[in-house]
Parts: sequence; C-alpha cells; structure tokens
Amino acid sequence: MKIHEYQAKGVLSSFGVAVPRGGLATTPDQARKVAEGLGGSVWVVKAQVHAGGRGKGGGIKVCRSLDEVRDKAHDLIGMTLVTPQTGPEGKLVRRVYVEEGLAIARELYVALVLDRETRKIVLMASTEGGMEIEEVAARTPERIHKEYIDYAVGLQPFHVRNVCAALGLTGVASRRAATFLPGMYRAFAERDATLVEINPLVVTTDGDLLALDAKVNFDDNALFRHPVIEAMRDTDEEDPLEVRASAHGLNYIKLSGDIGNLVNGAGLAMATMDTIQHFGGAPANFLDVGGSADRERVKTAFEIILSDHPKAILVNIFGGIMKCDVIAEGVVAAARDVGLNVPLVVRLQGTNRDAGREILAKSGLRITPVETMREAAEAVVRASRGE
Amino acid sequence: MSIYVGENTRVVVQGITGGAGSYHAHQMVAYGTKVVAGVTPGKGGTKLDEVPVFDSVRKAVAETGADASCIFVPAPYCKDSILEAVDAGVKTVVCITEGVPVLDMLAVKPLVDRAGVRLIGPNCPGIISPKGRCKIGILPASIHRPGSIGVVSRSGTLTYEAVAQLTDLGLGQSTAIGIGGDPVAGTGFIEVLQAFQDDPETEAVVMIGEIGGAAEEKAAAFVKACMTKPVVAFIAGRTAPPGRRMGHAGAIISGGEGTAESKIRCLGENGIDVAQTPADIGATLAKRIGR
Repeated sequence: MKIHEYQAKGVLSSFGVAVPRGGLATTPDQARKVAEGLGGSVWVVKAQVHAGGRGKGGGIKVCRSLDEVRDKAHDLIGMTLVTPQTGPEGKLVRRVYVEEGLAIARELYVALVLDRETRKIVLMASTEGGMEIEEVAARTPERIHKEYIDYAVGLQPFHVRNVCAALGLTGVASRRAATFLPGMYRAFAERDATLVEINPLVVTTDGDLLALDAKVNFDDNALFRHPVIEAMRDTDEEDPLEVRASAHGLNYIKLSGDIGNLVNGAGLAMATMDTIQHFGGAPANFLDVGGSADRERVKTAFEIILSDHPKAILVNIFGGIMKCDVIAEGVVAAARDVGLNVPLVVRLQGTNRDAGREILAKSGLRITPVETMREAAEAVVRASRGE
Repeated sequence: MSIYVGENTRVVVQGITGGAGSYHAHQMVAYGTKVVAGVTPGKGGTKLDEVPVFDSVRKAVAETGADASCIFVPAPYCKDSILEAVDAGVKTVVCITEGVPVLDMLAVKPLVDRAGVRLIGPNCPGIISPKGRCKIGILPASIHRPGSIGVVSRSGTLTYEAVAQLTDLGLGQSTAIGIGGDPVAGTGFIEVLQAFQDDPETEAVVMIGEIGGAAEEKAAAFVKACMTKPVVAFIAGRTAPPGRRMGHAGAIISGGEGTAESKIRCLGENGIDVAQTPADIGATLAKRIGR
C-alpha cells in the first residue's frame, strides 16, 4: 500500500526521523495560514499525489511570500499533475503540503528495501540525492553504497558508521545520522514497510539532517496488524475498478488492450495474457479470481471486466481448489444479469470440468468452448476482431 | 523415488477443521496420502473423518509419528504454525496459505534452516509424488501420473497446466512441487533442481518461473554448472507492466529488473529450452528428451 508524502513523514517522525516542519492544506487560504504559522521567509508548496517525479511535473513550488504560497496552492489544488510516473492521464491534486524552506548544503539518498536473494533488509545510500535511483544504479552503480541488515538483530551502529563514511557525513551530521537511520529502520521493521525511501536526504548549512521527501510503502499482507496505517489508504489515488476488485478479493489490474480475461491463479493469468499477445491480441486486464471464488465473486469479476468495454472475453480456469461447475454457474449468472454482449470464449480444465462444460452448453448462451490454451487464445483473438 | 515426500510420509494437517483444511485433508486421504493427524487448538479429541484431531503439533507428533505438516491456517497465524511444527520436530512443512507478511517469513526462514526443516511455500499448491500416492497440498490429483519428469514452479494453476500437458503426452511425473509466489520462500528453485538431479527416478525437469526477483537467473546458472539432466522452462509475465504486483506478492518488475525477457534470455544462454507459450510446455519437454 502506498501513502502520501505528508503521511510518510508523519510515520517517520514518530520514530524520531527528522523532517521539515509543515502542514497540510486543501484550500489556498489554508495553505497561506499554514505558511504563516510556520514563519520564516521561504516555503515549499508540494502537491500530494501517489507518484514520484512531482518536481519535474511542476508539482513542487518554492515561494517567497505568503501571498505566493496562496497563489501557488491555488494553481496546484484541482490541477491534473502529469509526472514521469503518472502516465499521460496524470493525477488530480486534492491537497498540498506546505513546508518551511531549508538552507540546503547537500542532497543525499537513503532507502531501505528487502533484498530477496540474501533475505536481508538492505540500506542503500548514495551521494546522488534527488536523482532517480534506478538511473544512478544503471549509470554509476559504484555510487550506491549498500549495507545488508539481518532482520533477527536489526540495524547495528557499525552500519550507521559505514553509511556516514560512504556519504561523507561528519560532525553534527554524523551524530544526527545516529538517530535518523535507526529511526528509519524501526519504521520499516515495526510497521511492515516494503520500502522507505528518503530522496533527497538533505544536510543543511547548519549540519542538520532532514528528510526533504519521503516515500513509504507497506506490505498489504501485514495491514491487519497496523490499523492506523491501513486507515491512511487513499482510494482516490487508485483506479476505481481496482478498488472495487480488491474489495471483492479479486486481483485486477487494468491494461490497455481490448481482450478481457478472467483466470484463476496469478501465474496462469499472466501466462494467459502472454498467450493472447503471442497470437496477436492485446489483453485489457489481468484478473485472478483467486482460489476460493464463488458465484458472486465471478459475477463481480465479469462486471469489472465489462465496465472496461472489451471486444471479447476469455475465461481460462484450471480447477484445483476451484471447481469448474462453480465457475460455470457464475459465468452463466453473470452473463444473464449483466446482459453480456461481447463474444465469450471459455476454457475449463481440472476439477469438475465435465459438469462445468455441461452447465455452459445447456445455458443457451453464445459461448465458444475450447480445450487448450492455444485454442483459447486463437479463438478470443479472432472474436475480438469480429471474425 | 521422488523428492522430499513419498509413500512413507506421515502428514499432520494444521488447521484441519477450517473450510480449506477439512476439504483438502479429505482430498489428500482420498488420494492415498497418510494423513495421520490434524491440529486445531481447542478441538483436540475430536475427529475429522477418521483423522484424530489434537490441540498441538507436539501432541500430534508424539501420538502419531507425523513427520510432515501441511498448513492451512489463516495468514496472520502462519508464522506461529510453521514455528510450532519446527518445534515439534516435523521434518517437512508445506504452507499453502497465501498472504503471509514478508517480515514474518524473514523471521521464520533462518530458524527453519537452522533446524534442518524443509519448508515449502507459503502461497503454494504443495507437492505430489504420484508413484508414492503422497499429495501434500491442493494440487488436483487426477491430472498426475507416475513417471520420470520433475516439475517445479512458482505458480499454482500454471503448474497444473504443465502437468496436464505432460500427462496428455504420456509423460508422468516423479514429483511436482510448487514453491510459491512470495518474495521469501522456504524452498527455492536451486534446492529443488539439486534434489531432482540427485533423484535416480527423475529423468528431466520442467521449471516454471515468472517475473520478479532473480531466482530464475540463479537457477539457470546452477543448471549449466551442476546439472546433467535436461531442463526446460516457461516464464510467465511477458505482458506484465512494470511496477505492478501481478497477484503474487513476488511477481513485480521493479527498477527494470526481473523482466520476463531478461529471464528468458538468461535461461536460453544457459542451455535451457524455453517454451514460447504456456501451451507449448509439454511439447518443449517432449522434444528436448526426444519423445
């Protein structure tokens, strides 16, 4: 799960990570009031959306008067922000975060992420702050310093010393790092994060260390033990169809093609998309109905797929836990209830296959039954072209 | 022969009184698996079909000699269940449950390894040895036949797809095993490939991977360096958009790494034939071994 920058900073500061002072605003006047409360003479107004690259998209404004804060907030709130990460459709800005301006001496990078191969939490640090870390990794991998942390014992002081040495942090800054980095690690470990990224981490002219930007993602599977984090979910930032799907226990991802598909199992769902593309079609979505789908869930899956107006739909089920007759009933019920008006290709294999096929055959619906994955893909691609 | 499990494996089902646990315990017994005990705290002393239910794995092991466990408990309790099985001296633990927090697995994995326990999963379909009539998990038994092909996969239903194609071509399986789609798994490709290499009854191996991580690349290097048996593969997710988690917690292309193309290229460079579509998995293997 993703959260906004202002929420990430709230989580991090509760673990002792230093962040600039700031406040949230949903109106221009509120933004001005926040800036006034912060004092000083420079403020930064930052659009709050779930996407990186906001600076490049014009979503971050430095202001030198309270009126300018109000004006820039006015410009940002309600605008559709397009960044390298939002796609061309962009994201609607609903709120801004107003922060005190800082006297910045250096911009660095630190992040925590799971390393799957070593099964350790890796602390990455780089002097190339403010850059996309993927670019740094591709061009100058030697500029990314890594410390591998054993989850059983956690971050140790020597990790912090090594990172300070790699980043050239001395004096006040290195003392600040001794609070900052362990705070970051505790936020990661104690809140089941999958990513904590501070980019840039800034050193001020006074030697202070602060998280100028912060991105924190959480493990969806661990949200049950973090109700406070779960409450931070902002469904406005997600695709409405994906929100509806997840509420029904469906794994759905919208894609750009025109062939809808409904599959059981994530691997088979990916492979089905691949096969459609291999035979010249374009998948409209990824949809895994999961292992224990009932009739209702299949129906909801159909409604979600249809609301994206595909030219044809492929149902590909390999029954294991899932029984083919249950799927068939769901398909028939959904087709009747939602008034299915596009060609439907159905492949049923595995548990209760024959019973499922019989239900489809007796339904009187215009369904093309197929045996193999190849036939399924070829048939649905043909159907999508009106052949 | 088969790997990890066989006709003498004695299974305790943790979470046997739940919906999935009871249904699949029944299916396992029907297949011929020696399900000797079930565990649900608070339900000790009862029975499910003919299987005695105990309050703890320790008690189940003491009374029935169970040496393998199959876990169906809800995800928040899997860490506890896996560690309980390890503590009770069970040697093989198969965790079917999907949605286990990744930090729970990070905590559990070193303890499992230290105890010398074989953990398969979580988020996996389990393991089946058709010759030994031993199935631990949820794989549909009817598609499997005894034979000499080893199947190892990160996906569940895609495993069934591959097995069904093999069976249709008259190629039975020595063992089929799903290692699960999570970022931190109990057992990886390399361990299974080594076991298949050492298993005299396994003649060739089908490996099914997917986007995310670098497990397939590491496995490819292992195949080239350490295996004499033919290996063919399929990688799912050519059409997956980067940065999106494709159902499985571990199936995500991040920072340009873990793409299907790079995995397929790497497998090919290491002498592994890769099926172009999932429909060709069986045929690719048949061709490779000259059947």
